Amino acid sequence: MIAEPVVGLKALHSKRGWTGVGVAVFVMAILVPVLSLGVPSSSALHLPDYLIALLGKFLCYGIVALAIDLIWGFTGILSLGHGVFFALGGYAMGMYLMLSIGAQGVYKSALPDFMVFLDWHELPWFWRGFNNLSVALTAALVVPGLLAFGFGYFAFRSRIRGVYFSIITQALTYALMLLFFRNETGFGGNNGLTDFKSLYGYDLHQPSTKVALYVLSALALLLTYLLCRFIVTSKAGRVLRAIRDVESRAMFVGFNPTNYKLFAWTLSAVLCGLAGALYVPQVGIINPGEMQPANSIEMAIWVAVGGRATLFGAILGAFLVNGMRSFFTAAMPNAWLYILGSLFIAVTLFFPDGVAGALGRLKRKS
Amino acid sequence: MVLIAFGVSRGAHADPLSEDLAGLASVDASDVSAAIVKAADRADPRALPALHALDDGKLRFDALKRLLIQGDGGALRDALTGAAATAQGRLEEPASDNQVRRALSPALASLSLSAPDAKVRLAAAHELGRPSDEIVPVLRKVLVKETNSDVKIAISLALAPADMVSDEPADRIRALEAIRQAADATFKSDVERLLTKGEDGKFVEPDASVRAAAKAAVSSIETRQFLINSVANTFYGLSLGSVLILCALGLAITFGLMRVINMAHGEMMMIGAYTSFVVQNFFIAHLSSHLDWYIAVAVPAAFVVSGAVGVLMERAVIRHLYGRPLETLLATWGISLLLIQTVRLIFGAQNVTVANPSWLSGGVEILPEVVLTYSRLAVIAFSIVVMLFVWALMQKTRLGLEVRAVTQNREMAAAMGISTRRVDMWTFGIGSGVAGLGGVALSQLGNVGPELGQGYIVDSFMVVVLGGVGKLAGTIVGGLGLGLVNKYLEPISGAVLGKIFILGFIIVFIQRRPQGIFALKGRAAEGM
Repeated sequence: MIAEPVVGLKALHSKRGWTGVGVAVFVMAILVPVLSLGVPSSSALHLPDYLIALLGKFLCYGIVALAIDLIWGFTGILSLGHGVFFALGGYAMGMYLMLSIGAQGVYKSALPDFMVFLDWHELPWFWRGFNNLSVALTAALVVPGLLAFGFGYFAFRSRIRGVYFSIITQALTYALMLLFFRNETGFGGNNGLTDFKSLYGYDLHQPSTKVALYVLSALALLLTYLLCRFIVTSKAGRVLRAIRDVESRAMFVGFNPTNYKLFAWTLSAVLCGLAGALYVPQVGIINPGEMQPANSIEMAIWVAVGGRATLFGAILGAFLVNGMRSFFTAAMPNAWLYILGSLFIAVTLFFPDGVAGALGRLKRKS
Repeated sequence: MVLIAFGVSRGAHADPLSEDLAGLASVDASDVSAAIVKAADRADPRALPALHALDDGKLRFDALKRLLIQGDGGALRDALTGAAATAQGRLEEPASDNQVRRALSPALASLSLSAPDAKVRLAAAHELGRPSDEIVPVLRKVLVKETNSDVKIAISLALAPADMVSDEPADRIRALEAIRQAADATFKSDVERLLTKGEDGKFVEPDASVRAAAKAAVSSIETRQFLINSVANTFYGLSLGSVLILCALGLAITFGLMRVINMAHGEMMMIGAYTSFVVQNFFIAHLSSHLDWYIAVAVPAAFVVSGAVGVLMERAVIRHLYGRPLETLLATWGISLLLIQTVRLIFGAQNVTVANPSWLSGGVEILPEVVLTYSRLAVIAFSIVVMLFVWALMQKTRLGLEVRAVTQNREMAAAMGISTRRVDMWTFGIGSGVAGLGGVALSQLGNVGPELGQGYIVDSFMVVVLGGVGKLAGTIVGGLGLGLVNKYLEPISGAVLGKIFILGFIIVFIQRRPQGIFALKGRAAEGM
């Protein structure tokens, strides 16, 4: 049972809350692109390309964190398999990008290089249509959604909950990782999909394309935030929290927890798919490593670090943990796993409401 | 000529065989090969030692033209009687060139296949290998005379490569019949080729009765391969299942007791495996004369080290998260990261090898191509012992009684005066220790690396899910079942698809029966 968050959702509805959102949007969606494209590279204010790529990645992670906050922070279901939905969205986008390489690949064939390598002569059926961006984008949302719906339908209907549910989501991502590792599955096996050249005719290596993708991610994050916020403050959001706190009581009051859980769970997966689709063109690769159980567990810790059931805390956590990861894996590679491991322990033991909770306590004291 | 005449006159009063062989005592190749042919025609196996010695380049003759065999130490024996002999005058070597060798190999084959003892003939037939063109006619002749069915099959099998391409359908059928009876897998692709159609749409094998024989041969080979595979898969499945059981036992008990999942449980195995590595190195450095018995120290050491880490973990972290299973899951994952990184910094990221003690290397061959290695047999036996130990602990001791009480109903057990905290700690320690024992077992089967435990964590959770919590029998059935199904599916669908099938099955299974195969009975247990 999780106590009602210290930073109440009401605070986010205040004038100050909205101002905060506005400032964040201004900085991330307007100031950063201007500093990158509009400022000459000689200037000290210029943001280098790698930083844009890094921040773009973090924005996608932010969407994932929101999705996990929705299902874990607000509904009380800990998923250890959200990486699978993220990766599926990424693969859908990767398939489009792969097909738009056309005959510019190493083997000069219209087929993706790995298929030529496997001696395949035509596209497998599940690749058809993916040379159309709208098909790929739809698949990036629908495929994770359908998988989550099917999985959740059976799981919630049999009242699988708590650690049991967490464990079978872990098994799900593990099984799909093994599946995608096979060359015969048709998604490039071990190497995954990579060497992308262009997206909808725009060269992926151009700084302007990168900034455009970055801005799209920022907008997607903003929309996701508003959507999640709308849901958790609605009546349905109250029911979700009731289910999280005492499921049986919510049921006896007359709500059907299965439907509500299924809704939050499926929406959460769709959001992860969206994040994956935005992530892949920015990092230029998608491979089964994204489905490693370890990745999915780490996603949960972003939310825990930022503070559960606060929405903005989840985004904060995603930025904080990944910022630390970027810094420490470069500066002190041996220390990173210690830091991450300690983070897992410290957050659960000492800061169960995360950074957002700590900020809230500070504010109340002053 | 005078010399030969002398030899013949000398042998006139001896038996006819030594007359035949007398020609071997010559430096003239045509004399030697003529003698070989004569000896082969007489079909007296007593000529074999002399011919084998000639084949090996150990046959000599002295000034008296006596045939002698020179042993490895230089000692001489009479080629016919085998009695020790001393050479008279200079020793010479009989002529040996291609002509001689061409005569020698069929002679050796036909002679050894005409020994009176069927066992000797069978051994000789097995040694034929793929016969050369000179020997094929000899073998055909021998086959007609042969009465023992085993020897017949063995000879036909040796003839099979020649018979399969023979123009006579009867020869081909005989070869296929022998292949069917021996179920020799080496011929499988050759036989299968007969059943395929060529580019002209006709069968490679025109004769329908030969094709029927080929079909029978293929199915016999397949039956035998199936048998061999089943035995091998059962064995590997049992040993894999044993390791899974060792890992899952502790997990099932602690999960049943505290309703928390310990994501660092796999790392307890890893610590156990590294403990045996350290113990092994200690023995190499200080007690190398007793190296074979390092395992006797490694087993208790691994139990204690892993158990201590488990107790430490419970005291420092898990205790404070009581009633928050999801947080516990994340915290223990953090602990596993810390443990992995620590081991990586101490021992390096590379795998290390823990050698089997000499009494565990090797194995017993129960079928051709199926070797049960002693190390795997030992792992199976070891896990049975550990299971008995855990069973006795749970059923026969005070602590076990308390563990069972707390598992069924924590509040009630506490009300009866059981210190649930103390029970938690000890159970956690014992569960971790048992996982450490699993690590010792794993170290005997393969390499040891920092990520050893990660590979087992999903599988051992599956065992727990399958078997239900807090039930020894469930864990055993779940572990063995998972191990066996894993190994049976591997050859059919490939290792990866097999694993995916199993995970899919378990995901469906848990939907239908969330309490596992063996459900705990008790009021509190129902509420999960």
